[in-house]
Amino acid sequence: MWKFLLPFAAFVALVVLFAFGLNPNRDIHALPSPLIGKAAPEFTLTDVLDPTRTVSTAALKGQVYVLNVWATWCVACREEQEELLEIARQHVVPLIGLDYRDDHDKAKLWLTQLGNPYTAVPFDGDGRTAIDWGVYGAPETYLVDTHGRIIFKFISPMTEEVWEKEFLPRIAAARSGA
Amino acid sequence: MNGLRTLLLASALAFSASPSLAQPAPLPAPARAPAALDEHGQLRDPLLQTRFERITKELRCLVCQNESIADSNVDLAADLRRQVREMLSAGKSDDAIFKFMTDRYGEFVRFAPPLSAKTALIWGAPFFMLLLGGLIIFRVVRQRSRMPLDE
Repeated sequence: MWKFLLPFAAFVALVVLFAFGLNPNRDIHALPSPLIGKAAPEFTLTDVLDPTRTVSTAALKGQVYVLNVWATWCVACREEQEELLEIARQHVVPLIGLDYRDDHDKAKLWLTQLGNPYTAVPFDGDGRTAIDWGVYGAPETYLVDTHGRIIFKFISPMTEEVWEKEFLPRIAAARSGA
Repeated sequence: MNGLRTLLLASALAFSASPSLAQPAPLPAPARAPAALDEHGQLRDPLLQTRFERITKELRCLVCQNESIADSNVDLAADLRRQVREMLSAGKSDDAIFKFMTDRYGEFVRFAPPLSAKTALIWGAPFFMLLLGGLIIFRVVRQRSRMPLDE
């Protein structure tokens, strides 16, 4: 009996493992962030489009906002640009665009040529703020709640599906819970 | 018994077959020469430099994931090396540096994560597999020794 059952159980386990491991929708490079549920790391940076203006987490406190990490060298960021512009048109939350390890002038050009979906564009030229946020690539998109805590992180270009399924419900929940 | 080995092999295969993340184009590093560094970008204090080399070898570059930040050429690794250098110059302990990294990037950033309930499986698996292999050998050998000899 065991001679038959054991290999069969192993086979079933293998099928389950493969179904999970080879799922094309699962990004194995997406690492869980230890910052989920913790206070969003603070920063005060200047705005790419207006260097006299500062963008800070302190000024954003009390509202739900989205922080999108992008750069002009990031090919995937170009991919999500259309969707970000669409999100901006919805006027649901402030969209902060952390410009990561970028060239100031190129960033400015990008925003004027492709359109600017961001409410503010803090410039993180040396990548120090990104280290605090646990950024390891671009694009990455964070959701911060009214208490200033990171409640969600998405790694990969933003899509309509992700925005509607992952972000909008969490934004609604964060607001009703506040 | 054999199924489990296959299962582990399959999981290893599943992980290695993943597409690699596109690496961002290299950017020129900003020219900074803090006093703690010599002209080769090494820490002036040889003791700190030794610690720097050891620590950066133990930290994973999250872009390439199988390289340490000591070996990797990507921008993030350079930023993290700068961070380690600065923390060493500021007199921070090894533990403080590792904590700084795991607070931001999780346990995965360390090649040798400390033993805890979450990492018990990683540390325990080799011993478990050794035990399993030994058990299989033991059973096979005993079974064969019981078999009558043909010739």
